Amino acid sequence: MQHQLRVIKPEDYFILDEPYYEPVGDEIAVFEAAYHHGLPILLKGPTGCGKTRFMEHMAWRLKRPLITVSCHDDLTSSDLVGRFLVKGGETIWVDGPLARAVRAGGICYLDEIVEARKDTTVVIHPLADDRRCLPMEKVGELLEAPTEFCLAISYNPGYQSVLKDLKQSTRQRFVALEFDYPGAALEQRIVEKESGIASGAARQLVKFAHMTRNLKGQGLDEGASTRLLVHAAKLMVAGVAPVVACKSAVAQALTDDPDMLTAINELSGSLF
Amino acid sequence: MSPTTPLTAAELEDRMDRYLDPALSSRRTAARPAADLAGFSAAEQGFVLHWGAVIAKDNAELAYQFTAFAPRAMGLMDLDAVQSWLLYAMDLYDKKGQLPAIRALQEVAEFASNQQEKLAGRALEDCVGVLERFVCGLNGRPLKLAAGDRHYTDTEQCLLPPVIGRLPDPEANFRLYKAMVVHQWAQNWYGTWRGGVLLEAVATRGLTGAGLGLFHALEQVRLDACIARDFPGLQRDMAALRHVLDRGAEGRAPDWSAVTAALADPAAGVADSLNLTARLHGRRPDTCCYRGALDPDAVRACLESRVALERDLFRIALARLVEDQDGRPPGAEQPEALTLPETAARLGAQRRADPDSPTGLRFELLLDGKPVAPPDDVRSVMESILQDHGEIPPEYLVAAGPGLYRRAAADAGRDPDAVWAGTYHEEGAFLYDEWDHERRHHRKGWCVLREHAVPPASLDCYHRTLAKHRGLIKSIRRTFEVLRGEERIARRQPHGEDVDLDALVDAYADCRAGLEQTDRLFTRLHRDERNIAVLFMVDMSGSTKGWINDAERESLILLAEALHTLGDRFAIYGFSGWTRKRCECYPVKRFAEPYDDSAKARICGIAPRDYTRMGAPIRHLTKLLRAQDARTRLLITLSDGKPDDYDHQYRGVYGIEDTRAALFEARRDGIHPFCITIDEQGADYLPHMYGPANYAVIADVGKLPLKVSDIYRKLTS
Ligand SMILES: Nc1ncnc2c1ncn2[C@@H]1O[C@H](COP(=O)(O)OP(=O)(O)OP(=O)(O)O)[C@@H](O)[C@H]1O
Ligand SMILES: [Mg+2]
Repeated sequence: MQHQLRVIKPEDYFILDEPYYEPVGDEIAVFEAAYHHGLPILLKGPTGCGKTRFMEHMAWRLKRPLITVSCHDDLTSSDLVGRFLVKGGETIWVDGPLARAVRAGGICYLDEIVEARKDTTVVIHPLADDRRCLPMEKVGELLEAPTEFCLAISYNPGYQSVLKDLKQSTRQRFVALEFDYPGAALEQRIVEKESGIASGAARQLVKFAHMTRNLKGQGLDEGASTRLLVHAAKLMVAGVAPVVACKSAVAQALTDDPDMLTAINELSGSLF
Repeated sequence: MSPTTPLTAAELEDRMDRYLDPALSSRRTAARPAADLAGFSAAEQGFVLHWGAVIAKDNAELAYQFTAFAPRAMGLMDLDAVQSWLLYAMDLYDKKGQLPAIRALQEVAEFASNQQEKLAGRALEDCVGVLERFVCGLNGRPLKLAAGDRHYTDTEQCLLPPVIGRLPDPEANFRLYKAMVVHQWAQNWYGTWRGGVLLEAVATRGLTGAGLGLFHALEQVRLDACIARDFPGLQRDMAALRHVLDRGAEGRAPDWSAVTAALADPAAGVADSLNLTARLHGRRPDTCCYRGALDPDAVRACLESRVALERDLFRIALARLVEDQDGRPPGAEQPEALTLPETAARLGAQRRADPDSPTGLRFELLLDGKPVAPPDDVRSVMESILQDHGEIPPEYLVAAGPGLYRRAAADAGRDPDAVWAGTYHEEGAFLYDEWDHERRHHRKGWCVLREHAVPPASLDCYHRTLAKHRGLIKSIRRTFEVLRGEERIARRQPHGEDVDLDALVDAYADCRAGLEQTDRLFTRLHRDERNIAVLFMVDMSGSTKGWINDAERESLILLAEALHTLGDRFAIYGFSGWTRKRCECYPVKRFAEPYDDSAKARICGIAPRDYTRMGAPIRHLTKLLRAQDARTRLLITLSDGKPDDYDHQYRGVYGIEDTRAALFEARRDGIHPFCITIDEQGADYLPHMYGPANYAVIADVGKLPLKVSDIYRKLTS
């Protein structure tokens, strides 16, 4: 695959080619229904199970620009809404990604929302209920979202930390879609399609993923995600030996514990 | 040790007399060992004298045996190997007692010859971590690995030789271990014991001895074929091992593979292996390096206790599912006889084909005709049941009646000794290592720690404390309020939410004056978030009885009030215990629990218990604290003295060193330990245990409540 560098404004980020997405259940229908009724959407699920890919796919389907914000613990509300900048002695207001998405009637996807500071999370509340508006206190304006605008957030319930839990007042505003790793046959097909690997090898990779998922809670925080399988498969397609590919793309990504690493490498070795 | 001149026999005897005294008599003196040792270098002599004295503190007889056999050992092995010989014997002493330990010391020649093998070989101890994870990844019921003199499985444990040195390098010996584990795992996964077919044949058809051996060899053919289909990599490894180690066996029976070929069919089951055993009666099986043995008695015993337990667990889980669905426990108001058939009619298990499962089947739980997703713990019980039975027997599909359900909810406290009995009984108990400073190694899983509930007491004590310290509380609140993370506006920032007008005006002026214009023109809201999690570990040993205990409770109440104001996350755990098998932690307030009346009542319920074995509680609480996502994590101990326990060994240096090691481990995990004590002798040992700046001694118990808050404020501001 060859890609050229393109510089585009976030609100112009229309996805033109259909992103490959393999539906696991009725998530596409539910998302579309929610979208057409102006309801915000919460995607739940472990890392690397296709949430971002799903959003890209939906943005393409609905022909709206997709504006993604990865949340982190320093993210303030002005990082989302906007702030003043000073240029050549003049102050000018610059919209944040959330405001830009509202203006452009795009899809704003706040990834890993629980990572954001608690006081930041509340700025999305008015957008996420039937008011559908974004107050911009600093400039004394109120943006009322057009029908095309859509707010989606993602959240990984696997991190069982009291701190990283979504507040009820936030989560109860959203239509929730639960994601998990796809079933074995589907996951195999995804790995094949994404990497071009032969079906036998893809099947073994999926089996390997299940082995690591058996170790969840037994020394691993998470098993291998679909994303890691795709990585391993791409390495294998490029001619890397399967055991080495599993080691670099999966085992090392999962843990630093030496015993666990050896065990995971033995597991991949038992399959190939 | 410095290179000095060796001691003479007489000098050695004199030194030995000192530590061996209780083991010596007029008929047994240290003369002989001393004479034997006289020929060795000063360093070697020092080694024997040092360890002899160390062991003598535990057991003088053992020390004598060691001293007597050490010269021979040093003649046979280098000092490192001699040390492993000694540690091996001491380990036996810890686990099995004096006699086996003495025997191990006396069998020094055998140990030395094994030692050579061990150099090339692998010790189970060193690879058990990898193997256990490996087998857990393979799927199925987790198998515990342990060393044993025979190699078999009881379906929960997998016993393996302690050392393998049959192959020339450690890597290859590890592969042999792996093959042994896989073979035993395969018995469980591919159904050697499933459905009781084999146990029945053993009981009714007298399948024992040679017959059982033949069956095992045939069953192995079937299992190996399953492995070859599912795990080609494993199959390659295992075949390579047989190629090297089982050569003779191949030669003996050329038609073996032809006769057994039918067992390689994917549809073959344990019954086919049994039938073939009957047909080949009297035939000698081939040998196999990783086969080990079958022990039907062990399997039966294990199965009996597991089946009953899992049936109960499963039915209780079903009751929970039904309760979730109905919003009330099954048959809350009705007698058991009415509700049981009712839930039986509502529950079902749907079988589905699943080519990835070893039985070719998968089961889905149905409630009122709709599939329900069981929670993870239920799923693993269900899988274990399927592994044993191949299906969910109909009598399992009945939600537990009120009797069983309530019993489970109350979860009667178990006898701590039962903790050692088997896998299931360890649930709810935690095993922790302990540091043995003399032997300079961790004793693995040495301490058993359980959490026990604190019986809540009346809130009188709480109200009394508030009344008594009314003034103090106010001032503590005030000082703590100042600490509370507050929003602060940082000025002249390069980035920020708002324009800093002052800065802008200055910049404008600078610009006019032809000076360089700064880019620090913004204000930024800055929150000094107090990201602190603190865990208080409160001494509940017997010695705190009386006013110390009162002072502890008062301090905790004052502090909790202050922390509540401050918003810091906090937990309070009491600790006490009695010997290594009864280490106890008492959750007074867990991190996730609110500071409410019931937490207050539990603080009031803090009461003196037994001894102060500190290492295990520190390790336990470290683990809990580590799970807290906070920038600063504090472990603050309130105590009245040094670590102590009922067994003499823990008293004194041993206990102090173990505690020190536990604190060191905590620090390594990013936790700051601090100790507040009222022991005036504290300054003698606390700097060594906690480090110089990490403790406070409070002379006047009455001041404890005031001081604790004060110290906390200083520590965290
Ligand atoms: N249903 C699916 N259809 C197509 N591809 C998928 C699907 N699920 C997962 N993938 C593959 O897995 C990769 C990772 O998925 P994605 O980046 O969407 O994960 P995510 O859920 O957003 O993870 P994170 O929470 O870590 O951001 C994708 O790049 C894609 O290759
Ligand atoms: Mg993503």
